[in-house]
Amino acid sequence: MPEVKKETGTFAVKKGLAEMLKGGVIMDVVTPEQAKIAEDAGAAAVMALERVPSDIRAQGGVARMSDPEMISGIQQAVSIPVMAKARIGHIVEARVLEALEIDFIDESEVLTPADDVHHILKSEFNVPFVCGARNLGEALRRVGEGAAMIRTKGEAGTGDVVEAVRHIRQVNKDIQRVVGASPMELMTIAKEFGAPYELILQVKELGRLPVVNFAAGGIATPADAALMMVLGCDGVFVGSGIFKSNNPAKRAKAIVEAVAHYRDAKLVAEVSKGLGEAMRGQSVAQMEDKDKIAGRGW
Amino acid sequence: MKIGILALQGAVREHRSLLRYMGVETVDVLNPQDLHGISGLILPGGESTTVGKLLVRYGLLEPVAEAGRAGLPIFGTCTGLILLSKHINGSAQPRLGLMDTCVERNAFGRQLASFEADIPVPALGEAPFHTVFIRAPYIEQAGEGVTVLLRLEDKILFAREGNLLAAAFHPELTSDTRVHEYFLRMVATAQTSR
Repeated sequence: MPEVKKETGTFAVKKGLAEMLKGGVIMDVVTPEQAKIAEDAGAAAVMALERVPSDIRAQGGVARMSDPEMISGIQQAVSIPVMAKARIGHIVEARVLEALEIDFIDESEVLTPADDVHHILKSEFNVPFVCGARNLGEALRRVGEGAAMIRTKGEAGTGDVVEAVRHIRQVNKDIQRVVGASPMELMTIAKEFGAPYELILQVKELGRLPVVNFAAGGIATPADAALMMVLGCDGVFVGSGIFKSNNPAKRAKAIVEAVAHYRDAKLVAEVSKGLGEAMRGQSVAQMEDKDKIAGRGW
Repeated sequence: MKIGILALQGAVREHRSLLRYMGVETVDVLNPQDLHGISGLILPGGESTTVGKLLVRYGLLEPVAEAGRAGLPIFGTCTGLILLSKHINGSAQPRLGLMDTCVERNAFGRQLASFEADIPVPALGEAPFHTVFIRAPYIEQAGEGVTVLLRLEDKILFAREGNLLAAAFHPELTSDTRVHEYFLRMVATAQTSR
């Protein structure tokens, strides 16, 4: 056998992991015990963080990358991929997470941004990144910086799915506009969306985003999760929705099943029975703009 | 000829597009009744613990294992390779247990160790195959009935046992159709011998 040259950290390898997560649920966890519950429920990956978004919302203060010791504990507890969040633009938090051999970094608006102008140049890292977006332009700017996966932002920590729906609807609408446009219109659309022209061309060719797109922010029930799949998301992130409900193990399992069988309403009905109370949540319509976090990111 | 793709979780779309590009009809397998009328089954990459649990919960594990024992050609990539194996080191997760193999999960390490490489695979012809490994497993040991199609540094990465085919890499993430062609030849042979 001749010498084989292995290439690591390539975009294909980063994007490949996101492809493997499709049709899956990624759950926020704050302890190794919660990570284990998530894995047992069938989560495709876990997101290790110190406080779930609803607590960050309630407690205020600056939200930062989690304690590396906590992250390592979670990595040891489960065999599924472990993700963790870095602040927007915080290059060093991201390098620290990479040094911990995290499987995916979420450059997340849920944490307090470290840079109010720039995002991390993610193509310089060997570890893949996922970033939030509210529309196609924002998604493609992140992909242009090297993100291997996108999640629509929603409004984290509210348990209200309306913003997640608004954002995937907007992404879909923007994609339809690109697909339906004549080649001559594409540069103007790129300018209007603030998106790299080459990536607009890719969207035109593929008819979808060039990377996997999950839903996030406000998903609290199996029906919410299935709704996001019906709207065209490749999978879902569930943050506060699971461990802020009163039967996390059962709800986690139900959400996993609803995502795998999202077209099967009978099954979604079945798994939704007797889950106990969902997270209490707060209605986004009654929130002031300054309390919304989806606006973070540029 | 219709090929089923287990569609519980993972890289379903990629297998589907590659097969359709090759002119093959596909069907998503989500429930036991979806197994009727298929000539072969693909188990795509995903998270093996997730897929294993969903196979059990929806009563698919036993029907799929039974079909495999009865001679249905099954091709597993990555997670599919794990599910096909009799032995999984350090894991009690649900499996089909059809191949006389012993696998190591996440065997190359975490995502940072995921890689791509051009590797010659004699069974696929002269040109090297562009392999993509994502948090990949490998076969540590294989019984006598297993034909090793690719071995790298003592790790078995591609193997066949009768009607079963297993790859630790992801041919569906490339546009090279040779692994799928190999599987379709197995399917064609199984059909003529019936």
